[in-house]
Amino acid sequence: MATKGINRLTPYMFMAPAAIIMGIALLYPLGYMVYGSFRDWNPSQTIGESEFVGLKNYITLFYDPAFRESLSVTLTFAFAVVFAELLLGVGLALLLDRNIRGMSILRTLFILPMMIAPVVVGLMWRYMYHPTVGTFNRFLESIGLEGVDWLGQHALMSVIIADVWQWTPFIFILSLAALQSLPRSALEAARIDGATPWQQIIHIKLPLMMPVLIVTALLRLIDAFKVLEVILVMTEGGPGLSTEIVALRISRTATEFRELGTAAAMSNYLLILLLLLTLSMFAVTKLQEARAARLARQIQEED
Amino acid sequence: MPEIRLEKLIKRYGAVEVLHGIDLHMAENEFTVLVGPSGCGKSTTLRMIAGLEEVSDGEIYIDGQPVSHLEPKDRNLAMVFQDYALYPHMDVARNISFALRLQKRPKDEIETKVKEVADIVGLTDFLTRKPGALSGGQRQRVAMARALAKDSQTFLFDEPLSNLDAKLRGQMRAELAIMRQRVQKNMIYVTHDQIEAMTLADRIVVMHGGYIQQQGTPEELFKSPANKFVAGFLGSPPMNFLDAELLEEGGELFAKGSAFQVRIPEVKAKQLGRTDGKITLGIRPSDLNYDANAASQVALDLQVKVSEYVGAQSVLLCTCGDADVTVELKSETPIALGETLRFAVRPEGIHLFDRKSENAL
Ligand SMILES: Nc1ncnc2c1ncn2[C@@H]1O[C@H](COP(=O)(O)OP(=O)(O)O)[C@@H](O)[C@H]1O
Ligand SMILES: [Mg+2]
Repeated sequence: MATKGINRLTPYMFMAPAAIIMGIALLYPLGYMVYGSFRDWNPSQTIGESEFVGLKNYITLFYDPAFRESLSVTLTFAFAVVFAELLLGVGLALLLDRNIRGMSILRTLFILPMMIAPVVVGLMWRYMYHPTVGTFNRFLESIGLEGVDWLGQHALMSVIIADVWQWTPFIFILSLAALQSLPRSALEAARIDGATPWQQIIHIKLPLMMPVLIVTALLRLIDAFKVLEVILVMTEGGPGLSTEIVALRISRTATEFRELGTAAAMSNYLLILLLLLTLSMFAVTKLQEARAARLARQIQEED
Repeated sequence: MPEIRLEKLIKRYGAVEVLHGIDLHMAENEFTVLVGPSGCGKSTTLRMIAGLEEVSDGEIYIDGQPVSHLEPKDRNLAMVFQDYALYPHMDVARNISFALRLQKRPKDEIETKVKEVADIVGLTDFLTRKPGALSGGQRQRVAMARALAKDSQTFLFDEPLSNLDAKLRGQMRAELAIMRQRVQKNMIYVTHDQIEAMTLADRIVVMHGGYIQQQGTPEELFKSPANKFVAGFLGSPPMNFLDAELLEEGGELFAKGSAFQVRIPEVKAKQLGRTDGKITLGIRPSDLNYDANAASQVALDLQVKVSEYVGAQSVLLCTCGDADVTVELKSETPIALGETLRFAVRPEGIHLFDRKSENAL
């Protein structure tokens, strides 16, 4: 009896260290943050000395135009990059899903940007966007065009371009993997049924890739909401508030404005947003599983 | 409907040539079966006709027109794949109507057509199901219905029944034979199963190692195989082969082996054009009849090793000298393992092959 009980507990014992560390490293600060978000808290105080203010931080934020602006910058940024990356990544995958000589090298080259550290990417693009000595403007001027004020007037677009450059490969490799696992013979059947290459994409390839694409897009969206380094290095959120994403605003609120409580509340808003996205991704996969299970059951009932 | 001709068709993958000049002529409305062991190039041949594989050399003519440069969709054919190749995200009705929808046919015409072919293959109750919710046999029918709906002139089948269990395969084979009579089309059917080939074909093309070994009606191929390979491939249980030498004795010709001396019928001996040399004697199990009183020059003496009971018939695995011989026997015949029995050889059942070239003599 006793050994049986121990046996049943064994897996939990092995999991315990990891669970404890996760509890300390993740749940404790999280709880700390939630707790702090209900307080008027200044970095010179300990959290015990701070004053409880209820939902005040959340309500102020809700009506704070600067926070709203930064939320809208984040949303614009996230949806714009994911949309552009999907378009480019899937498009490239459709183009490069063939056996031509040198294709494997080309594919490897395509995924390089993803492997570069974000800070380096930021520095690299900041240099390339430089108004006078930057690669882009020098090129534009050399062909007789006027330079563009990349990180000034068009700052948001410029950081979007940099992010698209870095993360399109992610969508590209996942789409390519999805494409290459499509049933070959179904595509051949479509060719015989009279589908042009374009119709094969619309009617067969894209619908069959859709489950992978949805999950990929959600993953990227979650990531795009958390982006920080690249923008920090390139623009520091400026000019004005034009590229101040929520993550940047949080760090400024905490360090410059010295309002830890507000910063914590802001983090919680972001957390809720990410949680919703994660849940929807979870729901999507569950839904797919449920559908597969239902089909399997249907077959079994007939046999 | 059309007449299809393959001329010196060659297929290479890189430096490896897998088809070495296939010449084939398929008449209108003919049911042609390409049969041969796995890897002999049947699918490759079929896929070249379909336009799914490039032709390395030679040409394919449909009604006299060269087509090897045409896309599959411009060749007016339908194909049933071994793994069915259904579109997983479309329900049965949309699978069946895919080609018609691409052609932008009117809605009611499509609907009528879907109902019609679904009725032919018995899928009427499953039109709203996705392929994932169908059994193997039903998927098979969807593949068939999809091909039928297209109304194309030529039907290609690549081992359509090989993923089904034995019982279902037999049933589908019978249904195919019936459908084949209703539908006046050119059909080219690939299989490695000689029973399918024998039961369905107007004409069988036996392939081996990238070459056509022989073509003709099932009966022609069964009765007079052109070489040892065809003889051994068609028929079940397969033909027995015994090493022998030709021997003339008293004006008669014999095939003499280590443990037998069988007389070669006069008609056959006349055609032979030679009276000595190493040969292989081929006799089908069905041409060996248990007969204890037969004369030794028209019979084989076989020692029974194993008896396989398969119902009314038993299959006996025997030895004749050092060669293995299979025979069939009514199950009620009392025999003991290790016993030596005499089997009479039907004179028409004697096949002779050159030992070296393996061609029929
Ligand atoms: N894509 C390919 N690349 C290289 N060799 C191939 C390819 N497809 C088929 N082959 C070779 O061609 C030969 C014939 O194949 P196939 O036509 O599929 O045979 P089967 O008669 O079993 O249908 C085989 O030896 C196979 O290995
Ligand atoms: Mg094959």
